[in-house]
Amino acid sequence: MEAMKQYPDPSRIREELVQKYPAKVAKKRTKSIVINDPESIPEVQANVRTVPGIITQRGCSYAGCKGVVLGPTRDIVNIVHGPIGCSFYAWLTRRNQTRPETPEHENYITYCFSTDMQEENVVFGGEKKLKQAIQEAYDLFHPKSIAIFSTCPVGLIGDDVHAASKEMREKLGDCNVFGFSCEGYRGVSQSAGHHIANNGVFKHMVGRNNEVKEGKFKLNLLGEYNIGGDAFEIERIFEKCGITLVASFSGNSTVGQLENSHTADLNVIMCHRSINYMGEMMETKYGIPWMKVNFVGAESTAKSLRKIAEYFDDAELKARVEEVIAEEMPKVKAIIDEIRPRTEGKTAMLFVGGSRAHHYQDLFTELGMTTVAAGYEFAHRDDYEGRHVLPNIKIDADSKNIEELKVTADPELYQPRKTEAELEALKEKGLEINGYEGMMKQMMKKSLVIDDVSHYESEKLIEIYKPDIFCAGIKEKYVVQKMGVPLKQLHSYDYGGPYTGFVGATNFYRDIDRMVNNPVWKLIKAPWEKAGNGKGTELEAAYVTQ
Amino acid sequence: MLLRHTPKEVKEREGLTINPAKTCQPIGAMYAALGIHGCLPHSHGSQGCCSYHRSTLTRHYKEPVMAATSSFTEGASVFGGQANLLQSIETIFAVYDPDIIAVHSTCLSETIGDDLQQITKKASDDGKIPEGKYVIYASTPSFVGSHVTGYANMLTGIAEQFAQSTGEKKDQINIIAGWMEPSDMREIKRLSKELGVKIVLFPDTSDVLDAPQTGKHVFYPKGGTTVEELKSAGDSKCSLALGCISAEPAAIGLDKKCRVPFETVDMPIGLSATDRFIMSLSKAAGVEVPDEITAERGRLIDVMTDMEQYFYGKKVALFGDPDQLIPLTEFLLDLGMKPVHIVSGTPGMRFEKRMKEILQRIPGANFKNGLNADMFLLHQWMKNEPVDLLIGNTYGKYIARDENIPFIRFGFPILDRIGHSYFPNVGYTGSLRLIEKILGVLMDRQDREAPEEKFELVM
Ligand code: SF4
Ligand code: SF4
Repeated sequence: MEAMKQYPDPSRIREELVQKYPAKVAKKRTKSIVINDPESIPEVQANVRTVPGIITQRGCSYAGCKGVVLGPTRDIVNIVHGPIGCSFYAWLTRRNQTRPETPEHENYITYCFSTDMQEENVVFGGEKKLKQAIQEAYDLFHPKSIAIFSTCPVGLIGDDVHAASKEMREKLGDCNVFGFSCEGYRGVSQSAGHHIANNGVFKHMVGRNNEVKEGKFKLNLLGEYNIGGDAFEIERIFEKCGITLVASFSGNSTVGQLENSHTADLNVIMCHRSINYMGEMMETKYGIPWMKVNFVGAESTAKSLRKIAEYFDDAELKARVEEVIAEEMPKVKAIIDEIRPRTEGKTAMLFVGGSRAHHYQDLFTELGMTTVAAGYEFAHRDDYEGRHVLPNIKIDADSKNIEELKVTADPELYQPRKTEAELEALKEKGLEINGYEGMMKQMMKKSLVIDDVSHYESEKLIEIYKPDIFCAGIKEKYVVQKMGVPLKQLHSYDYGGPYTGFVGATNFYRDIDRMVNNPVWKLIKAPWEKAGNGKGTELEAAYVTQ
Repeated sequence: MLLRHTPKEVKEREGLTINPAKTCQPIGAMYAALGIHGCLPHSHGSQGCCSYHRSTLTRHYKEPVMAATSSFTEGASVFGGQANLLQSIETIFAVYDPDIIAVHSTCLSETIGDDLQQITKKASDDGKIPEGKYVIYASTPSFVGSHVTGYANMLTGIAEQFAQSTGEKKDQINIIAGWMEPSDMREIKRLSKELGVKIVLFPDTSDVLDAPQTGKHVFYPKGGTTVEELKSAGDSKCSLALGCISAEPAAIGLDKKCRVPFETVDMPIGLSATDRFIMSLSKAAGVEVPDEITAERGRLIDVMTDMEQYFYGKKVALFGDPDQLIPLTEFLLDLGMKPVHIVSGTPGMRFEKRMKEILQRIPGANFKNGLNADMFLLHQWMKNEPVDLLIGNTYGKYIARDENIPFIRFGFPILDRIGHSYFPNVGYTGSLRLIEKILGVLMDRQDREAPEEKFELVM
């Protein structure tokens, strides 16, 4: 709390942030900028439209659907139905790594597929070209699955990607073809696309293969997309603990894993925003409880493993988890002890994603650093304030258009993994069963929480707080660095990582140490600028020998 | 193998594009607008397009790329985007205070049928455009053409909406830059200065997308063609358009509006194209070519003769954009190399015709542009007739790795190396750099793969 004292009163800062906006915009933005109090969490306006003309970090629904959720599964052929750009920009740019079983196994992630819609397709409809494209993809690759993604013009011209997919699925016979209406204008950000993707994966993939695999402690890892190899590290830890991973949604995943995922006994959720729908739907249909975890941060990883062991309530597993923690932690501690003296007391700001701005605070805490301001790019109120606010969230016109699947218990496959009483008991023990407390509870009093921060606000924040590090994405990276402040990309990790688990934590410590202490930041001014450039500078020459 | 599913056998495709050798119009429009001083590009559509374009340009330049968006939601898509654009204009002038907003459309606003001319006129009538400030526009639907078309459309918009003729000709020449790097634009300015010719270069992204680190973020960096310069372009003696696809349309627009005659020359990449550029510029300005430029040329040709053995007969595959591919292919031929496979996703008969002419010297060369001319096809061709060198944007590295072929990054986007913003590919010096790069990868390969007894000290 000490650190906060150096800054002006946060309500003054808030005023300053919106000062330049036209009155209406200022009024709207003020509701998305709140001063935190973890004891009595204030309401944050979130998941609302960005004001036109504001330079925002946000992307679109298609990016959330294709880019985030479906992109990482390596053996689906993802065809983007629309003009070329949308598909081009999502081509390999998200860094979701994958490791096929053998060099011969399928992997289409390196490919970019598009129907490259032309003017005549916009005028006369593009369904024919789409079906042709599906046929060509099938003839070339014979994939198990083909997914179709609609981009902006598709919805407007009335192409029915679902009907086209169904027709092709029936025609091809051995290829599961399905479509997504994830046009970029749906919703207010990527978030709409996550929801649409969850619905599609749930409808068309989950539950297609009932074979129950070996394994005593079986779970799915939800909302982990294997950026920079994050899922690999979690897989390593699970294996060491004797936990069986049925499927990841969707880092390093395959169609087969997703289709079989309903045979797991627990869903653990990393990124709540992008995948909580899946957790809920699987609970209702199959009786699998879900639990919020966080593998970002060494302490958080240990905590999450203990929660999983607690859930399965097995003495052997609990013992094994403790062994693994005891084995891994000393290596982590040794590195923290070396680095922490150099990072202690420094400050960070995080404006990114739907969960990372929360998770990464744990790593900064481990480094002795303070988060002075944070916010999400496309989250909802529950990600800030906790899921208990869900009943109070107003459904506006933009969210109303996104389908809510009507899910009921499966007559054959529904099988509650725990009784109500057992679940209650677990909650008592502090497990976030079917719940999430959100980011704000963990943040300091008087820190700033800002949803959908604008470019203008970020620059102002940097001027006022002069943080030691700023975390955001590629669009912000060089702007912030031009201001002399290092920016850590938390979408692409600046092409580093993994940052999850024990190994990941140490990678992150090293990277942050490097960034905040890099001598290069001190070299920005030229010597003549420091010396007043020519003014009053007589040559200070001296003879070597007197 | 990263592209393990690409079969050798080529089958005709009509519906599916795989690994495109192009992207969409608005990104080109955004890039062109960044070359105007004090200009904020604005994407009229939903947020995603703008976010993708900014991200891609940022990855290519490792620089701030500022642009705003109309942030369409479903309502706007149904009722039209006028309200969104009007609000954008108001917000942008209040918050970001540019001199110019350069609006481009997207697939979405084009499909809806938003009329940018009418909306900007309304903004002006409603008093939403402050005194002395401008809102210009270009229509850039991505279901037509490619990113190159978008660049050309925005550039044409800039020329037509700013240039004025006062009736009095100025002793200056317009150089309309096709899509090239800030480093290339800087080099064009240096060459013109060397020749003693006063030019108006537009757009000009030097000192915008290669801005120095000063510890301050300058929202509108010092570079970019100024409004004054653009206005005066209508009084210039003539225009040189560098590239028939990306630059010529603006020259035509300028000629139509202000009667400024123009000549289209190739982008000066390689020896012959640079020769033609220097000839045209010296003729247009009525100046002699100074010895220093002749010496620059001499240095290039000197290296070409000294190292000819390493180029001669080597087969090359390339992909990219028309205005670069035309002179580059010609340059490779001048070096004695054999460009055997070429694709560009950008359509156009002019391009096709030029390439066919140039490629007459290589019977059997594969060339395709436009629809389904993609990197998947190029890769298949390469499996059927292997090459010694691949030239193209960063996405080529997947092919290069699978096929174990030396690879040079050239074009857009380059996401994994630096240099393109700082060191030109145009002019004699730029061509020398290209040669250096080609030699570098070819010789590195020879060094890596030579049997021990054939490992050479001197090359
Ligand atoms: S919708 Fe059109 S303009 Fe937008 S990214 Fe896609 S192709 Fe480009
Ligand atoms: S962690 Fe962030 S970037 Fe990743 S899926 Fe969640 S919200 Fe998106």
